[in-house]
Amino acid sequence: MAQQATLSKKDFKSDQDVRWCPGCGDYAILNCVQGVMAQLGVPRHQLCFVSGIGCSSRFPYYMNTYGFHTIHGRATAFATGIKSANPELSVWVVTGDGDGLSIGGNHMAHILRRNVDVKILLFNNEIYGLTKGQYSPTSPQGKKTKTSPMGSVDRPFDPVSFALGCGATFVARTIDTHQKHMEQVLLAAAAHKGTAFVEIYQNCVIFNDGAFDTIAEKTVREDHTVDLRPGQPLVFGKEHDKGIRIESWEPRVCTAAQAETWRADLASPGAAFVMAQMDAHPELPRPIGIFRDVAAPTFDAGLHEQIQRARATRGSGSLEKLLHSGETWTVA
Amino acid sequence: MSQTQEPDVQPFESVVIRFAGDSGDGMQITGNQFTHTSAVIGNDLATFPDYPAEIRAPAGTRPGVSGFQVRFSSSDIHTPGDQPDVLVAMNPAALVVNIKDLRSGGIVVVNTGQFSEGDLRKANLATNPLVDGSLKGYRVLEIDINQRVTEALAGTGLTSKEVQRCKNFYTLGLMYWLYNRPLDTTLRWLDEKFAKRPELAEANKLAMQAGYNAGDIHEFFQGRYEVAPCTTLQKGTYRNIMGNEATAIGLVAGAQLAGLQPFLGSYPITPASGILEALAGYKEFGVITFQAEDEIAAICAALGSSYAGCLGITTTSGPGMALKTEAMGLAVATELPLVIVNVQRGGPSTGLPTKTEQADLLQAIFGRNGEAPIPVLAASTPADAFDCAVEACRIAVQYMTPVILLSDGYIANGAEPWRLPELAELRPFPARFQQVVPEGGFLPFARDERLARPWARPGTPGLEHRIGGIERANLTGHLSYDPENHELMCKLRAQKVLGVRDSIPTPAVLGDEQGELLVLGWGSTYGAITSAVEELRKDGVRVSALHLRHLWPLPKGLDAIFARFRSVLVPEMNLGQLARVLRSEYPQHDFLGYSKVQGQPFRTSELVRKIRTILEQ
Repeated sequence: MAQQATLSKKDFKSDQDVRWCPGCGDYAILNCVQGVMAQLGVPRHQLCFVSGIGCSSRFPYYMNTYGFHTIHGRATAFATGIKSANPELSVWVVTGDGDGLSIGGNHMAHILRRNVDVKILLFNNEIYGLTKGQYSPTSPQGKKTKTSPMGSVDRPFDPVSFALGCGATFVARTIDTHQKHMEQVLLAAAAHKGTAFVEIYQNCVIFNDGAFDTIAEKTVREDHTVDLRPGQPLVFGKEHDKGIRIESWEPRVCTAAQAETWRADLASPGAAFVMAQMDAHPELPRPIGIFRDVAAPTFDAGLHEQIQRARATRGSGSLEKLLHSGETWTVA
Repeated sequence: MSQTQEPDVQPFESVVIRFAGDSGDGMQITGNQFTHTSAVIGNDLATFPDYPAEIRAPAGTRPGVSGFQVRFSSSDIHTPGDQPDVLVAMNPAALVVNIKDLRSGGIVVVNTGQFSEGDLRKANLATNPLVDGSLKGYRVLEIDINQRVTEALAGTGLTSKEVQRCKNFYTLGLMYWLYNRPLDTTLRWLDEKFAKRPELAEANKLAMQAGYNAGDIHEFFQGRYEVAPCTTLQKGTYRNIMGNEATAIGLVAGAQLAGLQPFLGSYPITPASGILEALAGYKEFGVITFQAEDEIAAICAALGSSYAGCLGITTTSGPGMALKTEAMGLAVATELPLVIVNVQRGGPSTGLPTKTEQADLLQAIFGRNGEAPIPVLAASTPADAFDCAVEACRIAVQYMTPVILLSDGYIANGAEPWRLPELAELRPFPARFQQVVPEGGFLPFARDERLARPWARPGTPGLEHRIGGIERANLTGHLSYDPENHELMCKLRAQKVLGVRDSIPTPAVLGDEQGELLVLGWGSTYGAITSAVEELRKDGVRVSALHLRHLWPLPKGLDAIFARFRSVLVPEMNLGQLARVLRSEYPQHDFLGYSKVQGQPFRTSELVRKIRTILEQ
């Protein structure tokens, strides 16, 4: 188990210069993650950040922990290997909408269904940034970019629905500029035993500036988002006067008093799916917060449990035993 | 049982049997059982399973024919033999596909129970080969095995389908009688195999016994034969081993010798799956197996495990190698140990999934973007796959590098007796993890005497560092786009891999140290080349052979060996890949290529002919 350690945010800053564009949402996320790490009580040497390729994937270089900057889309596969090799480590994957859902969509699906005890931060800026502005699998239909001059024909993925569909045991969404919210979500993700999938709306100032303004801008945020807090009513609005309830299987705006109490731990992910579908309705607030948080056995623990069981029943394998397994004969 | 009257038993030095039937007829099991029994008796042996890619091609058709050839001998042998002495054909398709290989005068056992008009039609035969004269020159034995098995199993209460599935054990029993083999090894195997269905174990035993008794009762054969135990085998304890199994055991042994926990990331692919299956059964040895969602995730997870301090391993075949290429580049860049096993099959693309080939050599040595050198070695026989797997682990750990081990379909599924090494023969090569912060700070890309960088596991206090695929500055490992640094790092990585030469021996020449012709091989051509050269040398022909285990870097001393021969013949199951490498590495010497790309191994006779032709020129 991780030892207790008293650390500050500063301890997690590496000696490398951060090289994101000025104003990039990644700075805010880095800042928040470093702060959260200081609160976890996990020593730096037990932390490992793993990334693929893309703007977000430079993240590990800026963390004064162990880190592996891998190849495009495969961070989740590397993280599975790392966590399986050493379940004592706290393993965090940093990925983006292209890295995690396009080239790496397959591995994302499989780490979620296996429930490897890894935390995944998916920075969603709805654009390809590092390749300079092509539409991504989360760009809205009709998005005009360099590779879609007449607007993209693709229908987008909703990362939250994707994760829920893969059977993820922890699914949440937060916003780069909403530091307090992000901190709470990341702390909950860290506390979850199993794969935690966190979508973070992240503004790309160069190629997709303002993509989340209608939701994330401070002046509109409280009216245009509803925070899914387990055990709390689905209340939103500057005056905390509005709520969400489900009528005829559809989410509807109601008064705060009529609001549904949010449950993220139901056996069925149905309610979480209903919340995720609100994205498609601009007249409804955008849900953020914790969609799902259920307990389930983890893959890495299962692997090691089998090894222990094999040793308990067959005895620890020695080289001698291995060579002589099967039928042998002697030539004298 | 009527074993009282022993008919004449004639001794034979070496016999080749081929079992052939429908892919659902259990010919692989039959062949493996015969092999195993012969191994336990103490014969030297070699096998060649040859089966279609389809699990069950339409029954009775030629594409559905599955064969298993086994050669057992009282003397040292290196191949499963060019021509069977006995062919067991379970249906017309099996007969017509295999009869051309049977030696003239050979025995063919035919199951006439499967020779109806319809069966002939399925095999695309206009006339019945049993009556149209096409079996002239062979000793034909017609047995209605369907009927015999039905009679033998009457009263067992099994369905007729279940009864017919015991046919292969009838033929096995018949062959056990003919070659005077004991039944006990197979009896034990049946009890284990059908522990949960004892009635099936019983049925197969009855069928086998019926086949065995038939040899006595029906006087099908003029006598019985005997192949005595091989006494020229080196002293020691032996077991029968298939290449994939030997590879799996070698990987576990290699990890133990390195003091590491092995982590296999793999995705099922023919003919490599057997390694994953074997390792999944070795959990008590601490083996972690991860059946990934695809080939890419398999190698990535393995490399991730190496970063975390395991010995990462991935196993695959050609198409999977193609998919793993990018991750191999990252393994080169981050200088982490990783063992990559490619059980080669016919290519390109899907190619011939169940057939053997050696056409991935250039891919292994050169097939990556950028300057990405990786040591490459190749196993030469099923048992040699053990030594090669251990050697691959050694190089990976001592040099902090990915290593590619080439096997192939012929080695993977072929079997031979394996003399078990004494533990003292296996030299450990313990991994040396960086444990403490060195004076002046930790440099993740500093180098030791082998140019290997330090290995610092996550979880070690004070050694927190970041690695990745962007070029790293020498020593510190920080991101670096500096032009000189990139060139320096490329050269250091190449030099490190070339330095592996200092740790490998110069291979020994078989035969004279100098002469007209040296036959140079690599991989699974070992058996055929050795047999051909030994046969020719017995006839007084002066020809020598040399077999390479290390293909990149090539061992030292080859130049001097080549200089002592007028020419070098390089037989390969590809269009001349090693010859191409040799021509560029040793431009001063002459290399003659000899290709066979048919999904089938070289026959000894083909090589004998080729060598004679060259020497006569």
